[in-house]
Amino acid sequence: MSIKGMIHSIETFGTVDGPGIRYVIFMQGCPLRCQYCHNRDTWNITDGKEMTLNEIIEDIKKYIPFMKSSNGGVTISGGEPTLQLPFITELLKELKSLGIHTCLDTSGYVNSVNINELLEFVDLVLLDLKEINPTKHISITGVSNERILKFARYLSEIGKPMWIRHVVIPGLTDDLIDVIELSKFIQELDTVEKVELLPYHSMGKVKWKKLMLIYPLENIRDAVDSDIKRVSDIMHQYGIKINGSVVA
Amino acid sequence: MKVFNKGNWSKEIDVRDFIQQNYTPYYGDSSFLKGSTESTNLLWKKVLSLMDEERDNNGTLNIDTETISTIISHKPGYIEKSIEKVVGLQTDEALKRSIIPFGGIRMVENACEAYGYKLNPQIKEIFNKYRKTHNDGVFDAYTPEMIAARKAGIITGLPDAYGRGRIIGDYRRVALYGVDRLIEDKNNQLSTLEVDQVLEDTIRLREEISEQIKALIELKEMALSYGYNISQPANSAFEAIQWLYFAYLAAVKEQNGAAMSLGRVSDFLDIYIEKDIELGIITEEEAQELIDHFVMKLRMVRFLRTRDYNDLFSGDPTWITECLGGIGIDGRPLVTKTSYRVLNTLYNLGAAPEPNLTVLWSTKLPEGFKAFCSKVSIDTSSIQYENDDLMRQYWGDDYGIACCVSAMRIGKQMQYFGARCNLAKALLYAINGGKDELTGNQVGPKFEPITSEYLNYNEVMDKFNTFINWIAKLYINTLNVIHYMHDKYSYERLQMALHDRDVVRTMACGIAGLSVCADSLSAIKHARVKVIRNEGGLAVDFAIEGDYPKYGNNDDLADDIAVNLVKSFMDSINKNKTYRNAIPTQSVLTITSNVVYGKKTGSTPDGRKAGEPFAPGANPMHGRDHKGALASLSSVAKLPYEFSQDGISYTFSIVPKALGKTLEERINILSSLLYGYFSQGGHHININVFEKETLLDAMNQPEKYPQLTIRVSGYAVNFIKLTKEQQIDVINRTFHGEV
Repeated sequence: MSIKGMIHSIETFGTVDGPGIRYVIFMQGCPLRCQYCHNRDTWNITDGKEMTLNEIIEDIKKYIPFMKSSNGGVTISGGEPTLQLPFITELLKELKSLGIHTCLDTSGYVNSVNINELLEFVDLVLLDLKEINPTKHISITGVSNERILKFARYLSEIGKPMWIRHVVIPGLTDDLIDVIELSKFIQELDTVEKVELLPYHSMGKVKWKKLMLIYPLENIRDAVDSDIKRVSDIMHQYGIKINGSVVA
Repeated sequence: MKVFNKGNWSKEIDVRDFIQQNYTPYYGDSSFLKGSTESTNLLWKKVLSLMDEERDNNGTLNIDTETISTIISHKPGYIEKSIEKVVGLQTDEALKRSIIPFGGIRMVENACEAYGYKLNPQIKEIFNKYRKTHNDGVFDAYTPEMIAARKAGIITGLPDAYGRGRIIGDYRRVALYGVDRLIEDKNNQLSTLEVDQVLEDTIRLREEISEQIKALIELKEMALSYGYNISQPANSAFEAIQWLYFAYLAAVKEQNGAAMSLGRVSDFLDIYIEKDIELGIITEEEAQELIDHFVMKLRMVRFLRTRDYNDLFSGDPTWITECLGGIGIDGRPLVTKTSYRVLNTLYNLGAAPEPNLTVLWSTKLPEGFKAFCSKVSIDTSSIQYENDDLMRQYWGDDYGIACCVSAMRIGKQMQYFGARCNLAKALLYAINGGKDELTGNQVGPKFEPITSEYLNYNEVMDKFNTFINWIAKLYINTLNVIHYMHDKYSYERLQMALHDRDVVRTMACGIAGLSVCADSLSAIKHARVKVIRNEGGLAVDFAIEGDYPKYGNNDDLADDIAVNLVKSFMDSINKNKTYRNAIPTQSVLTITSNVVYGKKTGSTPDGRKAGEPFAPGANPMHGRDHKGALASLSSVAKLPYEFSQDGISYTFSIVPKALGKTLEERINILSSLLYGYFSQGGHHININVFEKETLLDAMNQPEKYPQLTIRVSGYAVNFIKLTKEQQIDVINRTFHGEV
């Protein structure tokens, strides 16, 4: 019997979650309650579609030519994928045996000790650092960032490559002092290969509406190029380079 | 003085050998390219303003209703003589359209009237009383069954009233050998036809070659009217381009074929250009200027066509298809600096649908070239890609593409263009016992219709297979009539003069509605399909209970059905005997006719409603390929080229953001998409990279987007030249990566 997981959805042609063309598996379930969540329907772990490991592996195999030619691979995203630890551990193990590059896209809200085994099969961690200020972090995501920062340091300690991602929400996560603090924090990490700034957009709003929920950031505008540039410039002063020329 | 390396080409007419002996592959990047010169800008500005006028004047600037177009019918015409580097127009004025009545006089008459002109009555009289046309010949020989099938739209778009096109003259021969040598060669061919028994085949060929020689003499005369003697070989880059262009110009003055493709001229011209640069005769700027001016001329080719024709082939296309890239038999890439220079015209002159630039894609193409092509696609959406690794096995390394996807060895092979059979409608005929679902007329052979409430897969397949054999037979017979008459009354003298004596001919059939038919069969097999009949017992609609696997999601359950449809229709076609022993082939290609075919087809068992457009070419049905871009690409790549050697067309649209965040990423991702698609055996792909919003805006404010170019099925068009219906169809197509 093949182990089963709860899957929210699959994107066979992911180009923004890790290098190259990526098969992205969005796992169901998330412990965070981010106000700007653009996949609001991933929160509840029982809402997903049950799939077996074999089913997913067989499907992934069909796209190996695209992954190989673009230096891409598979990204496990969510929700928060580590909520289904046994399943994704088996999945990643299998992918590594197929020689496929793997990314774990996580909020970092995990217990470092528990996911030790999992990390063996992860080539690259995509880590969301949503907000450095602990109080603000709680108000934006519903949880403390203590665990997350600890996890980032842990990845650095064990030499695991990571990409740091920060969503720029105008007036919320782009405060000057916070950005400086965030930059300093990132500076202390040894294994950061890339820092990506993601412009906030309100396209996730429709999913909240579909679920008859009130969208908490109703009055916040989308981030534009100049917002990104501002944050990027600040980070630059603190020695952090934002990779690539982001094009509209 | 640098001389060319000798080889077989020095003894015989063998352009491929000349290229192989003399070309220089280029492995570098695009940094050597130069922008447009001042005279290019001036000239192009003038052409653009004429094109604006043309658009404002209902799409046709002017028509010469008085002169029957031949190679030498018109006085020389110029855009701006003093600054034009490459000269020659179809008529005495830029964008003025000529009349070519040999295909059919009624077409010409109607086309004139549609744009508010009146054909000279004397010409009308000549072609009604004294000179028969292709169109007249065809209808003299059509059987009632053929006429009924044509009228019902089960076999449609047939070239029985317009020029068949899809013949590529080897225009390079004129530059390499000069016209005198070609005439001499043709005379030798005639002498080989002084045989013991002079019967139909020999008589026809002797007459054709004699006509070819006359056309070559006229070609010289036309060039002379522009002040150039082209009886001898070209001696410089300028002459090579000018001589070659004259040959092409003569072809488009004589024939308004549906597709008047150019072939594969860039690497040939590169030999002359590199020689002149090396000798210090021209600079890189001047080389680019020559190419820009040449391409400008190609963008100005115009034919007079009717409204009906425009519905089938929308946007005034001419299919001046030019192939770039590919790999030689010896493993060297057929990529030269001139491959880059031709692509560079899309920057120097802006995006445009013509010439129809086609990259022959191979995994072995130099990385720099692949990256540049991807960049051009991202910037202009103007080019298409075809799988050279696949085609080289069939056609060698000197083939060109006629029209959209039809490969043929240049100067050695031609095709009898056969438009397409409506496969979705054929399925409905099978269900309705040969009756047309819209009119109730008995078009096909009368047999028992299906009478059960729910469709049974085996019963449907059984009837469908019988029916396919009937339609394939009728289809081939119809094409036999058409091409017999086209050879007889509207022979392509000049284009065939630039071919060998004995050419390989293919009978190019085609299918439309593949995805509709495949999904219908999948629904019948995997869901429950209830038939809704009218009072007459005709199945006019269907209700589907449950879900079913759909073609385009990389699911073999559905994709295998599509694969088998392609195979079985080809098998049925193969059973029939063809005119002039042409080799039967087929394509999965609709051009823009997917809209018209859909209009003429009733509701289908896949859930598509009567009148709704089909998906173009081999595309999955709009919006049904929900598993994303790669799944869609992989499904289409499964269709077997072996059974569809006239090509399998796929049109792919993606929003820029879906390719990645930075330009470097986007180039990498697009190149990888192409790699993944072609390495799985995909044949052809159109790449569009833009936002849906751009198209919506262009619909509302066309004047803002005079050069907005998009790839449709196998060719590119100015979006604003499409009919409203077709614009909507394009907008409704799947855009990968849309949120």
